[in-house]
Amino acid sequence: MKTKLTFAAALLAATVMGGMANAKQLVYCSEASPAGFDPSPWSGGNDFDASSRTIYSRLVEFDHGKTTISPGLAESWTVSDDGKEYTFKLRKGVKFQTTDWFTPTRELTAEDVKFSFERQWKKESPWYSYLAGTGWEYFAGMGFPDLLKEIVVVDDHTVKFVLNKPEVAFLPDLGMDFASIVSKEYADQLEKAGTLAQFSQKPVGTGPYQFVDYQVDAVIRYQAWDGYFGGRQKLDDLIFAITPDAAVRAQKLKAGECDIMSYPAPADIAGLKADTNLNVAEQEGLNVGYMAYNTTVAPFDKVEVRKALNMAVNKQAIIDAVYQGAGQAAVNPIPPTMWSYNKNIKDDPYDPDAAKKMLADAGVKDLSMKIWAMPVSRPYNPGAQRVAEMIQADYAKVGVKAEIVSYEWTEYRERGKAKDRDGAFQLGWTGDNGDPDNFLFLLGCSAIGQSNYAIWCNKEFEDLLQAGKATTDTAKRTEIYEKAQEVFKREAPWLTIAHSKVFMPMNKKVVGYAMDPLGIHRFDGVDVTE
Amino acid sequence: MFRYLLHKLALIVPTIFGISLAAFAFVRLLPGDPILAMAGERGVSPERYAELIERFGFNRPYIVQYYEYIIRVLGGDFGISLSTKRPVFGEFMTLFPATLELALVAMIIAILIGIPAGIFAAVKRGSWFDQATMGVALTGYSMPIFWWGLLLIIFFSGYLGWTPVSGRIGLQFFFKPVTGFMLIDSLLSGRPGAFWSALSHLILPSIVLATIPLAVIARQTRSAMLEVLGEDYVRTARAKGLSPRRIIGLHAFRNALIPVITTIGLQVGTLMAGAILTETIFSWPGIGKWMIDAIGKRDYAVVQSGLLIIALIVMAVNLVVDVLYAVINPRIRVQ
Repeated sequence: MKTKLTFAAALLAATVMGGMANAKQLVYCSEASPAGFDPSPWSGGNDFDASSRTIYSRLVEFDHGKTTISPGLAESWTVSDDGKEYTFKLRKGVKFQTTDWFTPTRELTAEDVKFSFERQWKKESPWYSYLAGTGWEYFAGMGFPDLLKEIVVVDDHTVKFVLNKPEVAFLPDLGMDFASIVSKEYADQLEKAGTLAQFSQKPVGTGPYQFVDYQVDAVIRYQAWDGYFGGRQKLDDLIFAITPDAAVRAQKLKAGECDIMSYPAPADIAGLKADTNLNVAEQEGLNVGYMAYNTTVAPFDKVEVRKALNMAVNKQAIIDAVYQGAGQAAVNPIPPTMWSYNKNIKDDPYDPDAAKKMLADAGVKDLSMKIWAMPVSRPYNPGAQRVAEMIQADYAKVGVKAEIVSYEWTEYRERGKAKDRDGAFQLGWTGDNGDPDNFLFLLGCSAIGQSNYAIWCNKEFEDLLQAGKATTDTAKRTEIYEKAQEVFKREAPWLTIAHSKVFMPMNKKVVGYAMDPLGIHRFDGVDVTE
Repeated sequence: MFRYLLHKLALIVPTIFGISLAAFAFVRLLPGDPILAMAGERGVSPERYAELIERFGFNRPYIVQYYEYIIRVLGGDFGISLSTKRPVFGEFMTLFPATLELALVAMIIAILIGIPAGIFAAVKRGSWFDQATMGVALTGYSMPIFWWGLLLIIFFSGYLGWTPVSGRIGLQFFFKPVTGFMLIDSLLSGRPGAFWSALSHLILPSIVLATIPLAVIARQTRSAMLEVLGEDYVRTARAKGLSPRRIIGLHAFRNALIPVITTIGLQVGTLMAGAILTETIFSWPGIGKWMIDAIGKRDYAVVQSGLLIIALIVMAVNLVVDVLYAVINPRIRVQ
């Protein structure tokens, strides 16, 4: 009886509250808690969604749903002939957010831009180490400490970046999350007060939404920033309901407890699509799932053996069973949505008989090997264990005995890097910035021991990779990368498994949400209809 | 009594050191380290790796690291989280009330249902009620919590729509936490409907978390009661012509209570373990989910200090149980 009463009361309460809604609000069921709200020290997609893409803006911005860039805080820019000087003209009248904890007295200036980068770069700045042990991973990972020579404030609204060498991806790099522009005035104020840590807990930016509150591991609240230079958002309130389990997120969406969710489990997609209240947006993911041979160990050092093993695998069956159709067989190491993707390359056909013969011709008899399976589900490979089992069965048909091995996730990647690793290693990659180099570098000679799990160093490929980095001419780079893909396919250091689709289920009342190829979740321009 | 307490306290000191050492070693025995965990598929260059290891001080001898850790803890400093850069103790205090609230409600459910069910099963030994109760208890005890939680969500929240799916309170209620206990804070907020919203959010997770302790308590109560009911003094009481209610309620139950209380004390550990899964599935912002995240990220500071704090709490609860035990059973005090 008591329980019934509780339910009834809860129901009643829900009805009463339903009538109270007047502000436009969107609830996003997100997958993990952000480490903090400073956009630069952390590198997780969930950190970016909660900080850089909501609260902050950058000099240049990726176009909604694309990998091309447009002016952001910078109105225009010029590049010197040697490609080493980028001069940006800043937009005038850009206001930092006014919050309970900060009231700006001035608009955005070149000083803010300089500070935003130098705090990640100059070790003598107190901001460099304001968070204990911060390595500014992204800034370092993109090579900025070596790339930047100096940042010059020309006048209030002009800032010049001087580089040590030309860098083709410099502009897209400035659209990345770590390059978000923060307020120097706010930083100075905190420095004076000696409360530096507040910088990442009570953020201030120039972005579409301003931070309101964060209940750790539970809820993040934002509201539209009235003074946003891009125009006030249609939503009044944006709420992130942190929900780590994918199945629970799906239930919340169905129950109307959230309006949009990230990363549905492949098994839930059919059910979500069948729900008449929901739309399931989908997009080709900017990713690749692969299996890297150890090209330094016999018999995998022979191209014919690698090719034969590739031909033994029925990729379509894997895509149907593991990706549940939400993917496509991968031919090249870069996804088809990426510029310079070489459409003319044909995949090695699925042909067990030919594979068997090729192995025999290569003198390989009674081969037994290991297949490595990741212990986690990733966007580019939702079930590595199952993939490994299917490859194992396919291999058996051509007389190759395979044993599946797996380790805890961090250990897995560490062991995979060993130069004498035994067996073929499953992994994958999701792009950062839409540049082909951001995929192909995985196979570069200098990535051995880091991200090159094929331990493959091919001179021809490496030369192309370097040539592609040295020019800014897109037509020329396209040609170079098309060639690089040919070399890759000929040499077959990987079994390219699949490019997976990414899904974004949402309530039908959500309008204007564009999926982002880089996997970012952006809510500027989104609205809800009643 | 005082000596008894002193004796128990004296045992705690070496235990704490043992646990701190185990926690310190355990997280370092895990493959990988915080830097590799952070790097992901991108990997990290050997130079950069060396630099970061140096910065965090992970390259120093373990004995030095442990010594510094212990000295800091004794000074009340539990360190700074490697991933969020916030003080570990502060994070713990923010999240612990949520776990405590959930665990208390779960424990109340487990006791209020488990003990009467165990008594009835013992009294009606061999009856259908006894068999059904013990069958259900065995099922509950073997229930995989994750699956069970999801099942309840799908049925009660998805299909029937009676309870919210996850979270601690409806998102429309936004107020600053005062005590950290949502049931209390929602009342303090004065917002109509807030308390009911908080309560309705508690129902499913507390049932899920209560499942295993409930089963254990019911089974323990039943067997303790059976043992006591076979004692001579119960027979004597019966022969005296006392009413069954008096025999069971006063003579038998009080004596059967001792092992049951011990069991309840031990279930605190089970609750902590269960909280990890329950919190993850119900998006409950407590320390269980916090620990799981920290282990995944190899956040040494959070894991070693978090485990230590949790162990201290479990020990404190067990100490209280021991004292309670001595209050109920005078024989203990003498030993």
